[in-house]
Amino acid sequence: MGYPNQPLTNESQSHILGLVTGSAPRPPADRPVLRHPDTSMDKQEAWSPPQSPGISPPRSPSAYRCYSYGAQRNGTDTLLAYEAKGPGLPGVPQENSSPSHYSLRLQPEQPVVTRVEVASVERVEVDYSDDPWRITEEQREYYTNQFRSLQPDLSALIMGTVAKNFFTKSKLPIPELSHIWELSDVDKDGALTFPEFCTAFHLIVARKNGYPLPETLPATLRPGFVEAGVLTAPPSEIIGSVDQQMTSRPGVTAKQEVRDESRKREFFLKRIPEPHEKPIQHISTLKPDSPQELDTNMKSRTRPRSYSSTSIDDAMKKVEEPPTPPPRPQKTHSRASSLDLNKLFQQSAQGAKSGWLPPPPALPPRPPATQIFSFLPGSEKSSQKAVQQPNFADFSKFRVEQESSVRGDLSTEDLTPPKSDSTVLHQGHAPQKPVRRKLHPESQSATPPLATPYSAATLTKSTQRPPPKQKREIQMAIRKNRETNAVLTRLNSELQQQLKVVHRERVTLESQLELLRPVASI
Amino acid sequence: MAVCIAVIAKENYPLYIRSVPTQGELKFHYTVHTSLDVVEEKISGVGKALADQRELYLGLLYPTEDYKVYGYVTNSKVKFVIVVDSSNTSLRDNEIRSMFRKLHNSFTDVMCNPFYNPGDPIQSKAFDSIVSTMMVQAF
Repeated sequence: MGYPNQPLTNESQSHILGLVTGSAPRPPADRPVLRHPDTSMDKQEAWSPPQSPGISPPRSPSAYRCYSYGAQRNGTDTLLAYEAKGPGLPGVPQENSSPSHYSLRLQPEQPVVTRVEVASVERVEVDYSDDPWRITEEQREYYTNQFRSLQPDLSALIMGTVAKNFFTKSKLPIPELSHIWELSDVDKDGALTFPEFCTAFHLIVARKNGYPLPETLPATLRPGFVEAGVLTAPPSEIIGSVDQQMTSRPGVTAKQEVRDESRKREFFLKRIPEPHEKPIQHISTLKPDSPQELDTNMKSRTRPRSYSSTSIDDAMKKVEEPPTPPPRPQKTHSRASSLDLNKLFQQSAQGAKSGWLPPPPALPPRPPATQIFSFLPGSEKSSQKAVQQPNFADFSKFRVEQESSVRGDLSTEDLTPPKSDSTVLHQGHAPQKPVRRKLHPESQSATPPLATPYSAATLTKSTQRPPPKQKREIQMAIRKNRETNAVLTRLNSELQQQLKVVHRERVTLESQLELLRPVASI
Repeated sequence: MAVCIAVIAKENYPLYIRSVPTQGELKFHYTVHTSLDVVEEKISGVGKALADQRELYLGLLYPTEDYKVYGYVTNSKVKFVIVVDSSNTSLRDNEIRSMFRKLHNSFTDVMCNPFYNPGDPIQSKAFDSIVSTMMVQAF
């Protein structure tokens, strides 16, 4: 998903709004009630106007079940709501009677079993879809993407500082974030595993949507629960309804919140099938898990410090990046210091269009040797074209992107090949010259002829790509090689001319020096 | 069951102090403050030896007629002080040690929280709950 990072962008907002508008039935209650999925509840109860910004995650469930989120903070309302539900929810009144909102959260674990039973009996729809403490598929996917932005390896840990900076962007007060961390870091190692991260993110989302933070971690958010409760095939209707609910939520302010809601929906969806399929079993398994979790928290645990080496800087950069990741699709090594054949050909193809000549960066002066050096590898690589042709075939579509992005890299990198130190300075100058010269050719008409063949080649390549036949690939490779040969020969001639000019200059300078020397000596 | 539990920072200011609100809490605060002198004395006495050889559990700091004060120091010079009622003679040393161990563990959990800045007052609910379990269950 292209969800933007913490700094909500318009894209995400619009996306979220789209989702929100989709769900019709639910009146957007920003204060999702911390009710357990009460399937018997009907949507009759209106939601209290959202006091907190954003989105109320439970919207999705409302589609299915009408449970009222109304004034969740209001114990009386909840009581009424639950009572209205009527039968089969013995546990509900108990929950509602709980004095504090937080306790509402805790209760679910107990009455859940009864509720689930009732719900399953009464309805086939999602029982837990409106449970704000369940993570929906969509939400989980979003959390996964966010996790990857911080730490590509899903099985690795996110360091505490990294996570802190990331979650601080949610603009929640630090004490609340601290509490969320306490809840989600169950192994107390100062780092977040993927399930812990999902839990923390989910809690943040809930909090942003106005849900009060629970005192203890809800069973549905425990890492064990999350991992165990992987839905297989959530009913499509539920998903659809969830999405609708998501969209119907108005007042989507923070994209993040919307996203989070969508994420929650995902989990809700996930959970829905489970309860229906094995509601009691699942809950019963969860219950023993929850006390165990609490016990583990109480016990003294070892604190493993085996973090995977995550580059915090990279993580920070990734977190701060705009929503869409940078054009990674550069399968070519844009950073290769040595001449990369792929790069070479791609550049040549690109250069043809824009008049860009292949890298051989022109290191005019000394670099002649270096240039030759650089060309040699290129030639050697060219000999392997046949092998690499498939790459070209694959990358031709990226040519344009690479052209623009790689050009800069190539020009700088090819121009500064690691050659002898004496040539460093020359190379430093050389890059400039060749670049300029290259740019000129771009504008010149000399290159157009190359451009056309390149473009034709690219076109042909693109057209030929579909049927991946070696013959065509070879033909393409041959064509490319010819093109590059032409380009290289031209470049060679230009460089030779430059070399001559420079030699002449050198000769003149030397003669001048000799003339001056006797004068100085005198 | 403790009557008062306090966590003192390295610089000898309280990070967390909580007492049973039967008597004036000020009295317990004063007791804890004065017990810091004893703690300092104990840890400075072993200063010549290697720090890791120093026992974390300091034991009974000093008894008064009403209550006893126990101390515990971490390797980062964070001090835990527990005040128990003298009438509660059933409390043995091992129990006090276990209380300190639990305190230390929960304190470490608080420290592990990246949102907690060392030196801030401890506002962790988990920590509160653990302390509550060790406090005298009055009322």
